[in-house]
Amino acid sequence: MEHYVSLAVKSIFVENILLAYFLGMCSFLVCSKKVETAIGLGCAVVFVLTITTPASWAVNHFLLEKGALAWAGVPDVDLSFLSFIAFIAVIAAMTQIVEMVIDRFSPKLYTALGIFLPLIAVNCAILGAALFMDERDYNFPESVVFGFGSGVGWALAIIAMSAIRKKLEYSNIPSSLRGLGITMILTGLMAMGFMCFAGISL
Amino acid sequence: MAQAILTKQERKQIKEGMWDKNPITFQVLGICSSLAVTTQLKTALVMCAALTFVVAMSNVVISLLRNMIPSKIRIIIQLSVISSLVIVADQFLRAYMYDVSKQLSVFVGLIITNCIVMGRAEAYAMANPPRQSFIDGLGNGLGYSAVLILVAIGREILGSGTLLGYPVVPRFMYDHGYVNCGIMVLAPGAFFLLGMIIWIQRALSGYTEQH
Repeated sequence: MEHYVSLAVKSIFVENILLAYFLGMCSFLVCSKKVETAIGLGCAVVFVLTITTPASWAVNHFLLEKGALAWAGVPDVDLSFLSFIAFIAVIAAMTQIVEMVIDRFSPKLYTALGIFLPLIAVNCAILGAALFMDERDYNFPESVVFGFGSGVGWALAIIAMSAIRKKLEYSNIPSSLRGLGITMILTGLMAMGFMCFAGISL
Repeated sequence: MAQAILTKQERKQIKEGMWDKNPITFQVLGICSSLAVTTQLKTALVMCAALTFVVAMSNVVISLLRNMIPSKIRIIIQLSVISSLVIVADQFLRAYMYDVSKQLSVFVGLIITNCIVMGRAEAYAMANPPRQSFIDGLGNGLGYSAVLILVAIGREILGSGTLLGYPVVPRFMYDHGYVNCGIMVLAPGAFFLLGMIIWIQRALSGYTEQH
């Protein structure tokens, strides 16, 4: 249990997927203008990451890895070179399914998250988490915790950034630094803040 | 003198991708993967080559297929074309440049979700013939590379005092108490440098964002 808590803390704070690995920057920069949008997108990312990371684990473990196809009688086949295309297909399919399921069972949540779900399919953070999971050889429960932790870390960063940007509306910034430039520098400051967590391990 | 390889308009198109409509500083695309690989110039160069290859080739392939792709499922078709090309690039790197490919780790794979590739396929290649699409992809790939290489040069010199692994900060400066700027190797350094580059580029090209 301790191991999983430690992994969660590590993926949320110490190795924040956005501030330490720069993943999901595009939607982070574009969608952090309003707090409501940021919260919506953040929740959607947590949701999707918690589902897609284990799903990618399953695809990798039962279909792609060397020897994974032993259950089908072909233990020598190694399809791991297909992992990119398989993961992106899993992610695209999962977001589609999640969208349909939410639409069916919780129309309220669907209207809140609706527009963000298709956007998420091409969010680097989602594919990045799947690839990290593959590279670090996580097992199934670890991949669930890692997916969830990365999502929470990402949501935390985008919500904090949208709040800062709201305050920023009233400040007098040089005109060519406005928008993207100042956001990058602020993200750098946030990344420095998050680096303080680096020494923490449970 | 041999005939110019590129027509005037094509040269203009490349310049547009590199400067006026630079995908990173102007269109805010593709920043995701651009920063993690810039601690050293070498990895950045390899990454640029891989990305330029993928964006140019995917533009060509999608432009060739553009009349056959049903519009409802075009995203998934674009994604599969792009991921196949990324797999080719990744396998090539693993075969011929194993060390660099280990350093780049997951970031080669992340070219798939790099918004520049999808963005150009969707916005340009779906509506234009292969040759123009190739040029457009090349221009955007080079624009991305230019920013990436600048950030990498800054980070490697300031952070480790080397360039392509060769020491460039002279010995006597260290003797007089010069210290490498450690933050440049870490994530925040990349954000600061990129922020500065965007500022300079926008100040020079006179582009400002509206509130």
